[in-house]
Amino acid sequence: MTEDIRNADLVAQGLNKSFGGLQAATDLSVSARRGEIHAVIGPNGAGKTTFVHMLSGFLRPDSGKIKFQGHDITDLSPAARVGRGLARSFQITSVFREFTVLENVVLPVQSRQGHSFRFWRPALNDPTLLEPARALLEEVGLGDRAETVAGHLAHGEQRQLELAIALATRPSFLLLDEPMAGMGPDENRALIDFLGELKTEHGMLLVEHDLDAVFALADRITVLVYGRAVASGSPDEIRKDAQVRNAYLGETQI
Amino acid sequence: MTHWWTPARAVTALVLVLCAAVPYLAPALDEPFYVIVFARIMIWAIAAVSLNLIMGYGGMISFGHAAYLGIGGYAVAILGFHDITSAWVQLPVAIGLSAVVALVFGVICLRTRGIYFIMITLALAQMVYFLSVSAERYGSDDGLNILWRSDFGTRFFDLEDSVVMYYTIFAVLLGCLLVKWRIVMSRFGMVLRASSSNDTRVQAVGVPTFRYRLVAFVIAGVMCGLAGFLQANLERFVSPDMMNWHRSGELILMTVLGGTSTLFGPVVGAVVFLMLSEILSTITIHWHLVFGPFLVLVVLFARGGVMGLLGSRARHD
Ligand SMILES: Nc1ncnc2c1ncn2[C@@H]1O[C@H](COP(=O)(O)OP(=O)(O)O)[C@@H](O)[C@H]1O
Ligand SMILES: [Mg+2]
Repeated sequence: MTEDIRNADLVAQGLNKSFGGLQAATDLSVSARRGEIHAVIGPNGAGKTTFVHMLSGFLRPDSGKIKFQGHDITDLSPAARVGRGLARSFQITSVFREFTVLENVVLPVQSRQGHSFRFWRPALNDPTLLEPARALLEEVGLGDRAETVAGHLAHGEQRQLELAIALATRPSFLLLDEPMAGMGPDENRALIDFLGELKTEHGMLLVEHDLDAVFALADRITVLVYGRAVASGSPDEIRKDAQVRNAYLGETQI
Repeated sequence: MTHWWTPARAVTALVLVLCAAVPYLAPALDEPFYVIVFARIMIWAIAAVSLNLIMGYGGMISFGHAAYLGIGGYAVAILGFHDITSAWVQLPVAIGLSAVVALVFGVICLRTRGIYFIMITLALAQMVYFLSVSAERYGSDDGLNILWRSDFGTRFFDLEDSVVMYYTIFAVLLGCLLVKWRIVMSRFGMVLRASSSNDTRVQAVGVPTFRYRLVAFVIAGVMCGLAGFLQANLERFVSPDMMNWHRSGELILMTVLGGTSTLFGPVVGAVVFLMLSEILSTITIHWHLVFGPFLVLVVLFARGGVMGLLGSRARHD
């Protein structure tokens, strides 16, 4: 266990979070390594999104610590965490709907190049922004949609863009909150392949409802129920775990 | 995109040519009065352009923007009152004071959104308004006359010359339009527009949005302070009425009327707003009864304002 934590990229230790009387995270500890996918599963309302919000800095835990690459980041702002290479996507698609697909990725590219207090040169004439942005769109399969307004994309494409925006910050670690939500089976399969490729260069914490995807991709799985990690282990261990079957897997008939 | 000649751009060109030609046209048409009317319109246009930078592109609906008109104006009047007429003092003071006030106000109000933002900007601006009302030394409600326009210390550039005054305003308007256009298209503008669309996501890609919004707020304040500097010089007079909350409301109306997220919309809005109220008020004393519903109709049915009706696309016109 201690060995695990030492090698881990992202470590959450004893996170607690309550909303009024509701305990959305109870003594939550997870450690995730680079080059691996650590999946977090659990029924609706288990606290998975709350967990991602805490890891990405959008929610402060009531207590507990978060470490990234050996540094305590518990008090860092969301933006500062991205600066260190920890990026996230959103369960509810959060793209810039009025922007073109290209502009959606130009912004994160611009962000990773440093501050944006540059007032005079048009951003969209700047090859140092456009080239990496276009390359990334090709990579995620949105190359031919670059000039489309994001709000006009089909749902599946918006999900791809959601992921592309996070990737465009060139993170070393990705927090993905249900990236497959609402996708068709074909898109689903393509995304599973893509995430598998990403794994070689990125650490990943993957919150996902689609258990086929989770068992296909994950190196480790943590099961959340009512804000508590009721089980954590390899996919095989989780499959066999009786508590998991009762608490979760049985519930969704898998 | 391939059609560079759009109705919106034609109107832009027409308005600018008209502004440039008024000092020659008006006397030729035997209506010299129109020179001052257009000078006033252009000053309002500068203020509306500055408001539009934060409102149209940053989603910050400031209901206190006229405060900076007052600050810029009172900088001229109060320094003049103390016999400091040099523009090289007055202008930096007008700009510096607008910047400092915008910075402080911004730090306070930019922590809020929506209706709270609107109410707090209004409340802060009212503080400045009441400050001017209570300044007995500087005329309170009656305002303060300005004996000498800002003195640039050279006879080649003398604001006392009404033609110089007029074209200075025109040049500042062009300058502000240029600055706004560059800012909106720049990296800074990307952040500003993105944060207005989805602030959370901008933070989630690593940009601490607060400081960018604050800087935009300050730039807009300074631009509007500049309009106040010009207004005081043009009218040779300041009074608390310059920063009455009605003025802030009119600035919002002009911006919406012209087209909120277009570059030139606020200028068109200022022209239409002020010309219409000018014309209507000569026709009937009940002109507000016509004007009010007209504004409501435009807001309801032409969401992009006049420029939107003319087919203008955001940012480019
Ligand atoms: N901002 C909030 N205020 C109050 N309750 C919340 C808030 N966010 C989440 N919750 C509650 O916390 C629990 C966990 O929610 P969430 O993290 O979204 O679960 P999941 O992502 O696993 O479906 C739910 O009961 C939800 O209603
Ligand atoms: Mg969730």
